[in-house]
Amino acid sequence: MAEADAQTTGHTSTGRADGRAAALPNLTRRDEVRRKWLLVAPALVVLALAASGPLLIVLVYSFLTPGNYGGVVWEFSGEAWFKVVFHRDIFDDTLGFADAHLSIFWRSVKLSFLTTVLAFIFGFPTAYFIATRPEKYRGLWLFLITIPFWTNLLIRTFAIMEVIRADGVINQILLGLGVIEQPIQMLATDFAILLGMTYVYLPLMVLPLYASMEKLDFRLVEAAYDLYATRFQALKRVIIPTVKPGIIAGSILVFVPSLGAYVTPRVLGGGKHLMLGNLIELQFGQGRNWPLGAALSITLLLIVMVALLTYIRTTGNSEGGHG
Amino acid sequence: MITISAAFAEPESIVSERKSAQPLAFRAFRDTLFGPSETETGGKRLAKAAVEARHVTKAFGDGPERVLALDNVSVEIRENEFFTLLGPSGCGKTTLLRLIAGFDHPTNGSILLNGEDISHLPPFKRPVNTVFQSYALFPHMSVADNIGFGLEMQGKPKAEVAKAVDDMLRLVRMEELKNRKTSQISGGQQQRVALARALAPHPKVLLLDEPLSALDLKLRKEMQIELKRLQNETGITFVFVTHDQEEALTMSDRIAVMSAGHILQVGSPREIYDRPSERFVANFIGDTNLMEVEVVSVSNGRARLRFASGAETEADMPEGMSEAKSVTVVVRPEHAQLAGTGDNGVLSGQLENVVYFGTDTHYHVRLDEGVLFTVRAQNVRGGAEERQPGARTDIVFSELAVQVLRD
Ligand SMILES: Nc1ncnc2c1ncn2[C@@H]1O[C@H](COP(=O)(O)OP(=O)(O)O)[C@@H](O)[C@H]1O
Ligand SMILES: [Mg+2]
Repeated sequence: MAEADAQTTGHTSTGRADGRAAALPNLTRRDEVRRKWLLVAPALVVLALAASGPLLIVLVYSFLTPGNYGGVVWEFSGEAWFKVVFHRDIFDDTLGFADAHLSIFWRSVKLSFLTTVLAFIFGFPTAYFIATRPEKYRGLWLFLITIPFWTNLLIRTFAIMEVIRADGVINQILLGLGVIEQPIQMLATDFAILLGMTYVYLPLMVLPLYASMEKLDFRLVEAAYDLYATRFQALKRVIIPTVKPGIIAGSILVFVPSLGAYVTPRVLGGGKHLMLGNLIELQFGQGRNWPLGAALSITLLLIVMVALLTYIRTTGNSEGGHG
Repeated sequence: MITISAAFAEPESIVSERKSAQPLAFRAFRDTLFGPSETETGGKRLAKAAVEARHVTKAFGDGPERVLALDNVSVEIRENEFFTLLGPSGCGKTTLLRLIAGFDHPTNGSILLNGEDISHLPPFKRPVNTVFQSYALFPHMSVADNIGFGLEMQGKPKAEVAKAVDDMLRLVRMEELKNRKTSQISGGQQQRVALARALAPHPKVLLLDEPLSALDLKLRKEMQIELKRLQNETGITFVFVTHDQEEALTMSDRIAVMSAGHILQVGSPREIYDRPSERFVANFIGDTNLMEVEVVSVSNGRARLRFASGAETEADMPEGMSEAKSVTVVVRPEHAQLAGTGDNGVLSGQLENVVYFGTDTHYHVRLDEGVLFTVRAQNVRGGAEERQPGARTDIVFSELAVQVLRD
């Protein structure tokens, strides 16, 4: 062994350099691993304290008994989880599905899905438009997209309310033009919620879409045209598949907060058309049933996770269909 | 209109000669792939332009930023030829190609395909395909899907597409990489896929924008041969863009030399090299000796020219220049020799420099009038003894070596 070493060191200078080069990566890799953990440590701590901790508390609360004036009594109970789905009649104890809850689940999923679809329909051309502007103007367009973020959500929602109220701008104009005789009831409908949520979450769709479209090589689109693809085929077969990461990111960014939306359905749904967020708030407030609120929160989380997994799985496979 | 149809009536012999020059096996292979081409089955027909640009101008931008990428360009590209656009970067080659493909539209003038004006058609309605400089392969599709894309978009049945894809893979020798993603193959292989993809729909014309410039030298040489083979086998008109003069000379049937938005000269590689019509063409292609000479007399397009040395020679005078008092002439270094002891030199001067290149030797001679003249001589075993710098020498060349430039 020593002899071999001596031979290598005594050999040529290139041999020595090679030996050192081989030893170096090992050292740096170990260093790198340690540095990586040090770098992610703060994030992990924050994540544990701010995300996992509260989540754990919520999970524990959902298995406790509600206190008389809110809060919880530290006594195990499965009642809250039972109530998420089932309803027990106060008088004769007969069991039935908790129709109110289920219809709110369904409405939440439906409206969030529609919000995502609408945000995509309006957001895609917008992002495409910005991505195809000369580079020096793109910053300006993006800036315009982000302006709504500067105003409080509540104020923006009330502004929409002003627009669609019975004596709001739209009805005034339509009445004035003689198109309608009675004001259209828009406030306190699913339409109002949908309009509000699409408006609020649209930038969250546009930004990731733009980010992936900006990287799109437009020569690929030219290549598609060159190979006899019409504009629609080029969109379907080349543009959409290449900007898919942006579409997925945008859809998640819109769908997830839509599902938990609270302010918009509260203001524009007029208290009649509740969504999950409102239902949960109700349990922690007037309902004084914290465990049920906690169980509903966890349910919301589960719905989001199932929806995301399904979505990612299906979009991930869609291109395979062509192959 | 009359002049144009006269222009169409190219001597048929050119095309038929090329055709018969194709080995029979090639033609059989092409016919199984694409069906026999019209010119062969149609019997006697006039060779016509596959692509024609008529007075095409293309401007980008407005006002002070306006760039004339093409300035009143007219050119005819014949059926089944390997036609090359050669010129330095920025001279408008890509622009002309994009106009033919339909990605851009001419500001003025028109583009014709088989005599039909296609200027207004979008790219997907033109039977023309492009091999992009960047390849522009679809990254989310396999090699096979890329190649089949054009046929699929044309609405061909699945079985037909699959068969054509297999044929194309065989043609570019890529069978075993059929199912790879395009990001998982090498540059040279991507190049072949790009070629196969563009050839699969059997376009009337294939446009290639510097397709070999991203490849290293060895691969480039291979692909040059490959491209010539593909052009022979498919019989498709190739319009090839390059800034590499050697590539243009070795591959092309005809070359158009471009500069600053103009086409300066169109001709066979031999014509372009031996008979450059303009200073730019002479300088851009190969090495040249340029000399100012006096015009003694002109008759019937032949001029009597006198060199500064006093020697006289005869050469063809370009049209419309019979009034010129002096002209510039070109003599290629390998068309001149150092005079032996018995010869009467055309030019004389002092040998300044001798550079040995293995296959040949370059002699740099300072002529008595002060101009540097290069002579290139092939090295042969047992040839004349090497000359020493400083020696006086005469230079000889035949009348045929002298080409008058149109300045
Ligand atoms: N889209 C464009 N906008 C502005 N100028 C352009 C555009 N395309 C090409 N040009 C200009 O036109 C000229 C010719 O360009 P190009 O055809 O790409 O040259 P080549 O392919 O011979 O290198 C260049 O001066 C180039 O800057
Ligand atoms: Mg170019």
